[in-house]
Amino acid sequence: MTVSADIGQQDLSRKDMGHEPAPEIAAPRRVFPALIVLLGALFALVPYWGDDVGLRESFLLAAVYITLASNLNIMIGYAGYINFGNIVFFGLGGYICVDLVTRWHWPLVAAGLMAGATVSLLALVFGAGILRLRGAFFALATIGVNEAVRQFVANFEPWGGATGIYLSFDAYEPLGGPMSALWLVYFLLVGVMVLSLLLSYAIKTSKFGLGLLAIGQNEDAAGVLGVRTPLHKALAYSASAFFPAVAGGLFFFKSGIIEPNGAFDLTLSIEAIVMIMLGGYGTVTGPLLGAFLYEELRGYLLTSPTISQLQLVIAGALLLAMVLFAPGGLVGFIHQRWPRSRTILQ
Amino acid sequence: MIGVVASVIDGVLVGAVYGLAAMGLTLIWGVMRVINLTHGAMIVLGMFIVYCLSKTAGLSPYEGMPIVVVVAFAVGVVIYWIAVDRVIGRPILMSLLATFACNMILIGIGTALWTTSPYNIPVSLPGISWQGYTFTGTHMMAAAFAGLIAGLLYLFLNYARYGKAIRAVASNREAAELSGIPTKQVLAVTFGLGVALACAAGALIATLFPFTVLSGSNYQLKSFVVTVLGGLGNPAGALLGGIALGLIEGLATPFMPVSWTPIIEFALFVIVLVAFPRGIFALSRA
Amino acid sequence: MSALLEVSALSKRFGGVQAVADLSFTVGKGEILALIGPNGAGKSTVFDLINGVFPPDSGRIVFEGADITGKPTYEVAHHGIARAHQIVQPLAGLSVLDNCLVGACYGHDNLSLAAGREVVREVAALVGLADRLAMPAGQLTTAGKKRLELARALCGRPRLLLLDEVLAGLNPTEIERMIEVIRAIRARGVSILIIEHVMRAIMSLSDRVVALNLGRNLAEGSPPEIANHPAVIEAYLGDPKLMTMSGAQPS
Repeated sequence: MTVSADIGQQDLSRKDMGHEPAPEIAAPRRVFPALIVLLGALFALVPYWGDDVGLRESFLLAAVYITLASNLNIMIGYAGYINFGNIVFFGLGGYICVDLVTRWHWPLVAAGLMAGATVSLLALVFGAGILRLRGAFFALATIGVNEAVRQFVANFEPWGGATGIYLSFDAYEPLGGPMSALWLVYFLLVGVMVLSLLLSYAIKTSKFGLGLLAIGQNEDAAGVLGVRTPLHKALAYSASAFFPAVAGGLFFFKSGIIEPNGAFDLTLSIEAIVMIMLGGYGTVTGPLLGAFLYEELRGYLLTSPTISQLQLVIAGALLLAMVLFAPGGLVGFIHQRWPRSRTILQ
Repeated sequence: MIGVVASVIDGVLVGAVYGLAAMGLTLIWGVMRVINLTHGAMIVLGMFIVYCLSKTAGLSPYEGMPIVVVVAFAVGVVIYWIAVDRVIGRPILMSLLATFACNMILIGIGTALWTTSPYNIPVSLPGISWQGYTFTGTHMMAAAFAGLIAGLLYLFLNYARYGKAIRAVASNREAAELSGIPTKQVLAVTFGLGVALACAAGALIATLFPFTVLSGSNYQLKSFVVTVLGGLGNPAGALLGGIALGLIEGLATPFMPVSWTPIIEFALFVIVLVAFPRGIFALSRA
Repeated sequence: MSALLEVSALSKRFGGVQAVADLSFTVGKGEILALIGPNGAGKSTVFDLINGVFPPDSGRIVFEGADITGKPTYEVAHHGIARAHQIVQPLAGLSVLDNCLVGACYGHDNLSLAAGREVVREVAALVGLADRLAMPAGQLTTAGKKRLELARALCGRPRLLLLDEVLAGLNPTEIERMIEVIRAIRARGVSILIIEHVMRAIMSLSDRVVALNLGRNLAEGSPPEIANHPAVIEAYLGDPKLMTMSGAQPS
């Protein structure tokens, strides 16, 4: 018997005000997905119309963070499993895509999709194993997975071993040269970001998502109610791997280089978790806001050399503050203050 | 063949220290169902405390051990009150993130203070030679200390009044509270104790191998492996598990490169957890 | 009555404790069977074994002709067995509606979200939670949480309902209400296996009673028979001469 059985209230501080008239539980509205697509359009068009490369780079990083955070939220926010080593999807996807483009001369989009599919499949297979672990053990196992893959890649000669893979400029020729390639990759990444958010929304409003949320609240009770917990978890883990892998492929293609330490950077992996907690886990907009805010914060902090050393400290302090005082994050706070927002701001 | 035996014996000695570290982790889990993800940082803390002591006061790690324990205990209690107390009744997600956040903060501060360069504490003790192999004095001393501290812990938990209070809280917190035991205080003390064990282990490890601010994660993984080998919440099992791990390392190191060790341990971790959810040495419990 | 559930020679040991030993009983279709026994008699463990929380060491569990021994909880649920726990397990961060929706969608009938919502509204009305559907489950009162356990289990449209001390911690009015609800559930064709300590409820609700002690069969019969059974009284109170459970003098 676990200690956490009835004794304390297992509330997650997502309390409503209590005395508001109960709003009718709404079926999913068309408004929200439309808003997401609109956001994506803004992301894509604002830098393009302004021909502002600096802004594009900033938005590109934001799009990557949002993709990572949003997909990670499927495991952390919905299913309640902390995937510390989530960055392994990003890095592995990056390697597969870059390899397909450089060695096998695949077109970029096909290589990206293949990277996503492969990493997703691997996640399904290996996930089934490590998802038998609960709580902290799963969390640590994911770090182990990331480390193991990093070690493997660092010793894998066809992928450049410890030095990694460099892309020469010819790799960008099929896309019309480096300039237009950068814009194209940017648009594709924005597309990946939009699809990630839509996926998150689709899951949350689906029967599958309900099962995941039940697992996240109380896995044993969910099983008693009939949720096939092993399958659900494995599918969620696999689904949360696809878009990060594609994003990794696009990102490293654009960066022109991929090497083991940068691809499997545990710090970024952890920052994705901080982004989710900052914005509000278990929601669709939470990771979006959290990633955006964190990226701004990070950009601001990195300008000062002394503070950049303390990046980890600040991220940690932020995470701690959120967990202790505002576990619902920014979105949780908004929901609490304005309960009506719950249906609009999912 | 002799080489393998020597390696195994050496592994067992070092394993005792792993066991000590794991005891801290498993004690905290057993009493308050919190997985302390600052464990690695605490091991590193122990390493750097003795390093500073040896640099500033010329104390050897063995002499500095009492200071390590006291400082570590204080740090543990502080961490408990700041981060852990508020998350105890809440979902495991929260306590994992809270302790992990503390870990980030501490490692970040450590990196700022000491960078990620390797450090070393030169300790020389006479060793024992056998069949052409030397068992270093430091390894034997470390194992002896580990055994000593483990023994003290055992006596404390089983015979001291406060130790029994800790076990009462571990067994049934509500009942303990009703019996008049100040459970919050006990939890804070237990956390401090668990941290002290980790720091002590770190101090001993500092005598064995060079270390950096980032070494903690490696030893934390070992502690986790040991904890699952010995069964969660079972300090005696942790010591046995540590020795077992040391044994496995001793068997493996003559045959494969060092960089593979974390992967082997990680694989072991996953396999043991999946196959033996209660731990291999889990003594039968109702 | 044909047997809906057949439990044969069930045994389970935990370390040094034999929790269930060679236990056998059946539950008929449309029947309410009560499982009684002093604390530690192994009753909740029997439920754990039936609904798949862990497998028995030996013995068989057959439900509607199908062997479900040792199957995981979700498969048992799909066969049509649902459970309301003694220690309530609400999905605290989800609303009452969503809690029940999980039961409805993942239960025996495998419904869609829309169809599930219909079932939930109906069950909530029966159980008395219709006014609190939007409330986060963690904020319900204890009585509310108990009703939620029941509602959630019912939403899966089970054919056998395992009720584990659903009356514990309720005041007399709430108990009466709950008894009516349980009767209404049986009237819809759901068979019920109930663990209870509230004797009044056992007497008025159950068709048959199986008494356990130390994990073993002790006695079986109608409620009045069990109430006066010397072995049962002895198990509860120690000396049959002291008193009987329904006030009659022992022979």
